Amino acid sequence: MTNISLEEIIKPENLVYEKTKLMTDNVLSYCPGCGHGTAHRIAMEIIEELDLQEQTIGIAPVGCSVLAYDFMNIDMQQAAHGRAPAVATGIKRVYPDKIVFTYQGDGDLAAIGTAETIHACNRGENITIIFINNGIYGMTGGQMAPTTIPGMKSSTSPYGRDIKLMGNPLKMTELVAHLPGTYFVTRQAVHTPSAVRKAKRAIRKAFENQRDKKPGVSFVEIVSNCNSGWKMTPTDANKWMEENMFPYYPLGDIKVDGELVK
Amino acid sequence: MGELKLMKGNEALAEAAIRAGADAYFGYPITPQSEVIEYLMAEKPHERTGMVVLQAESEVAAINMIYGAAGAGKKVMTSSSSPGISLKQEGLSYIAGAELPCVYANVVRGGPGLGTIQPSQADYFQSTKGGGHGDYRQIVLAPASVQEMADFVKLGFELAFKYRLPVLILSDGVIGQMMEKVELFDQVPRLTDKEIEEKYPWATTGRKKGTERRVITSLALQAHEMEAHNLKLQAKYKTIRENEVRYEAINCDDAEYILVAYGSSARIAQKTVQMARQKGLKVGLFRLITLYPFPSVDMQELCKQGVKGFLAVEMSSGQMVEDVMLAVKGCAKVAHFGRFGGVVHTPEEVLNALEQKIIGG
Repeated sequence: MTNISLEEIIKPENLVYEKTKLMTDNVLSYCPGCGHGTAHRIAMEIIEELDLQEQTIGIAPVGCSVLAYDFMNIDMQQAAHGRAPAVATGIKRVYPDKIVFTYQGDGDLAAIGTAETIHACNRGENITIIFINNGIYGMTGGQMAPTTIPGMKSSTSPYGRDIKLMGNPLKMTELVAHLPGTYFVTRQAVHTPSAVRKAKRAIRKAFENQRDKKPGVSFVEIVSNCNSGWKMTPTDANKWMEENMFPYYPLGDIKVDGELVK
Repeated sequence: MGELKLMKGNEALAEAAIRAGADAYFGYPITPQSEVIEYLMAEKPHERTGMVVLQAESEVAAINMIYGAAGAGKKVMTSSSSPGISLKQEGLSYIAGAELPCVYANVVRGGPGLGTIQPSQADYFQSTKGGGHGDYRQIVLAPASVQEMADFVKLGFELAFKYRLPVLILSDGVIGQMMEKVELFDQVPRLTDKEIEEKYPWATTGRKKGTERRVITSLALQAHEMEAHNLKLQAKYKTIRENEVRYEAINCDDAEYILVAYGSSARIAQKTVQMARQKGLKVGLFRLITLYPFPSVDMQELCKQGVKGFLAVEMSSGQMVEDVMLAVKGCAKVAHFGRFGGVVHTPEEVLNALEQKIIGG
């Protein structure tokens, strides 16, 4: 390693990376190893890179990311559980030139907010939806989610999700991809550097679509971990996610420019 | 003089929304108020003022669209009838908690449950005592004519933005469906986006560089913060109680007996007053215009003036009567009369009840 002095390092011309100014300095309320912080950061980096902050309004859900407005340094509204797509619709309809996005977890988007999600997508609202799917209710302490995969243990499926008793996991992303009102639907992850780069590209596209008034919803699912809820170390949780979540929720684009990917 | 028209109450409400300079209406059909959204869709307010009208997938979605647009500083309205209003209560609690302005109307029908599509006033408790969860209040305006269905939209928006809370126009199936002459107020211009940004420093319109971000929320995880927020809300409600009481006292100056009523019951009670006066009975009508704030002080004054009894006339099994009892504090006899479950009482029935329960009772 070369010897570089502290003075040299902090010179502006030697800056190689800095935290986006659209993240506040508040300490994240997420557990160490959780994907939320990364997902927040790349979303805010894109808003900054596209210089959209002055017209962007974000909607925080109910769930672990309820306090997203403490971390995202932009104008935000906190919505009732599951209602974020309706709240976003209300804003977008009266401000068609502003950028409106929701940031929602799986319980919020795919259980209590199913109707709002499907109808906002089906109406083709020109909004962006960022959907964090970790297959569990993190905030309330690890209960079964609509996306909990078969056999997966949670505090309300302590012996594993029994499909006969508890029903099937809901693949919301595939569902909305088949609605005519969605323009871009993709599933990503943020657990490795390469995954983060791909997810960031997807989020960029989702906001560019909205900025360019491409018709319909841009919907980005991020399959993520919940090491606390899954009762694993962060490393084990990521490994478990790759081995169990990804086969059930395969990563990649599902609909691009209004066309289903073959 | 404004434009004169013969309209249904629901149509007058819809036309008034356009003329009040509303930016959007989000709603869902339900009898007996579907004419509101039907009128708005047919009228194409987007071409007249730029106002947005959207039929939501549910009352739940509609009230949350209201939350979003109101949180961004826009003038927005919704309406429904009793079962639909029940569905909106979650959103209304959030709107009250986040201190957002909006106007909504309940064209009340008989309940509980799916009930009936006939008129009722059985949503008084829900309207005045909360409805949703938590310690919150809303201003409740009770129109008794098609004219007031129009006028209260404009007044409602003024109050909603003055105090940043939901204002409820509590109508009923009679007022919503009946046709009357109405003088429409002149068009109020919609605010521009720039005017909204300057006028409402709380509205989320996109953070301008060099300024603090704006957040709309009803959440405060620390109990002492939540208590402080509640105290702030309570101080606002106190101001409202002191300044926004509205009522109409008809033939009350020499009255020995008072009928207390609102909405269509007040129209019926007015006829009863005429009938009673013809019989030589000194009866007056105290017509409530605001149900919250309730005119308690003014009702106490009537007691001091020598009123011997109050009959609360309402199309419910007895809800508003409790507020009358609290107001008069036992200084005069108080009784309730009303048909309910969709049945509308007649002036004769009211007079009969007055004679039996108050005068002779």
